[in-house]
Amino acid sequence: MVISVASGKGGTGKTTVAVNLALSIGANVQLLDCDVEEPNAHLFMKPVFAETQTVFTPIPEVDEDKCTYCGKCGEICRFKAIAVVNQTILVFEALCHSCGGCVEVCPANAITEKGRELGVIQRGHRNGIECVHGKLRVGEAMSPPLVKKVRAFARPGKLTVIDAPPGTSCPVIASMKDTDFVLLVTEPTPFGLYDLQLAVGAVEMLNIPCGLVINRCDLGDNKVKEYADARKLPILMEIPFDRQIAEAYARGAALVEVMPEWKHRFLELHHAIEAIIK
Amino acid sequence: MEELTVISGKGGTGKTSLIAALAYLAENKVLCDADVDASDLHLILDPNVNQSRDFRSGFTAAIAKEKCTECGLCRNLCRWQAIRDDFEVNPIDCEGCGVCVYFCPEKAINFTENTCGQWFLSDTRFGPMVHARLGIAEENSGKLVTLVRQEARKLADANNLDLILTDGPPGVGCPVIASIGGASAVLIVTEPTVSGRHDMERVAQLAAHFKVPALICVNKFDLNLEQTRDIENYAEESGVVSIGRIPFDPIFTQAMVLAQTVFEYERNSQAGKAVKAIWRNLSSRLGR
Repeated sequence: MVISVASGKGGTGKTTVAVNLALSIGANVQLLDCDVEEPNAHLFMKPVFAETQTVFTPIPEVDEDKCTYCGKCGEICRFKAIAVVNQTILVFEALCHSCGGCVEVCPANAITEKGRELGVIQRGHRNGIECVHGKLRVGEAMSPPLVKKVRAFARPGKLTVIDAPPGTSCPVIASMKDTDFVLLVTEPTPFGLYDLQLAVGAVEMLNIPCGLVINRCDLGDNKVKEYADARKLPILMEIPFDRQIAEAYARGAALVEVMPEWKHRFLELHHAIEAIIK
Repeated sequence: MEELTVISGKGGTGKTSLIAALAYLAENKVLCDADVDASDLHLILDPNVNQSRDFRSGFTAAIAKEKCTECGLCRNLCRWQAIRDDFEVNPIDCEGCGVCVYFCPEKAINFTENTCGQWFLSDTRFGPMVHARLGIAEENSGKLVTLVRQEARKLADANNLDLILTDGPPGVGCPVIASIGGASAVLIVTEPTVSGRHDMERVAQLAAHFKVPALICVNKFDLNLEQTRDIENYAEESGVVSIGRIPFDPIFTQAMVLAQTVFEYERNSQAGKAVKAIWRNLSSRLGR
């Protein structure tokens, strides 16, 4: 089973929910942090990372001895990543989407592929929980290919918890797509509600069952609950604002470790999700 | 013309609440919401939309069944596994690279431009605003960010305004890169948490990578004073200028619920005073 934790709005508590859900269930769980732009789960899980691998995406490399400057590569490229200008071939590596069109179209077989570094993937364990995260290279624009590589670590037979990035665009879709359940973490504020509605739209487009966690449920207003009622979205957990929780978070302590009574509630959350999927 | 882009790395640190408060304080400016993926500034500024335009970008392939011979070439060439066994293209997976379109021997693949969202020219009680809404699950957020920033610049030129306040997205990827290139400075809003600090370091590195001067302020600084000092020390060592601290104050949330800035909600709050001090500091750095 794969549960993704998403939100629309940033800073609502995705990582808190993903980490504490994983820690509460414990055995046979893996936590994949797909917020590769700003991965944070490891700050709370504190795994020992035993493996680090660098991830590349293919980009063209032109053999100028073979190139006839016919310009076909520039014609096929939709991303303006390769062009022939006055008997010179220019490759704009950062713009390349790795579609391979230029390689395929080149009549002189002058184009092969090399790698552009997307970032790294690290894998490790903490208390038997497998932790994997991607870390986008600072300056790299394209995160979805790295998200997909992190997701490739999901193992059938395990409970996989995915910590997704904020928003509703391509990296979020890459994180949630084909998961069995989406847990949407929100807060009862106008920003929380507005972004939740966008996230629900994305989840519906992907046709995945979902439920809500309302964080800092006692701050703000009642409109998130009214929306959940109207849309028949189950509210699976509410976390009150508590300075002790906020301070534990600030120093990188997991909620279930500071306040062990929460473990039971995260296990209930897991059971509620299982009941919905069945 | 100066442009200040507010970013954070981590989401939810208070970018939009701060931009809204600065919108109250600053004069002669255009407001620009570059968080096109989950834009929220309009929820406080309540813009009156004057013009709304479609944002077209990127393409999606679709196979015309009556022409398709199911030769399978497109499926072999597609690197996104976007063409299913029954020769239907899954639009969510289609990258819009057009390789299948180019090579299809039957010319059976249509390639249509996507309408990925809308963008708006608006008026607010604090001046003109440019904002946008990227369609759900759409790509090309970076291009839409570039577009709203260009429009903000045009609007500022046309109205003789000399400042653009841009609300940026979280993260360090494509839309953030598009939000900061060519800005006069970025203001990083962070919080004294392990994740706030971790993400701030990455976004500060991003600003340095693109050679944009970076300023920083710590929101909710009193949540963890030690972490706040660590962040400010890191900033000093990495050439990022600290321009102030804002205390934790629930009035940011209370004001947001009423679609107000902190100053409209309460004239003399501690948080408001901290924001005023930050604005004085910013103004002198922006040469105002």
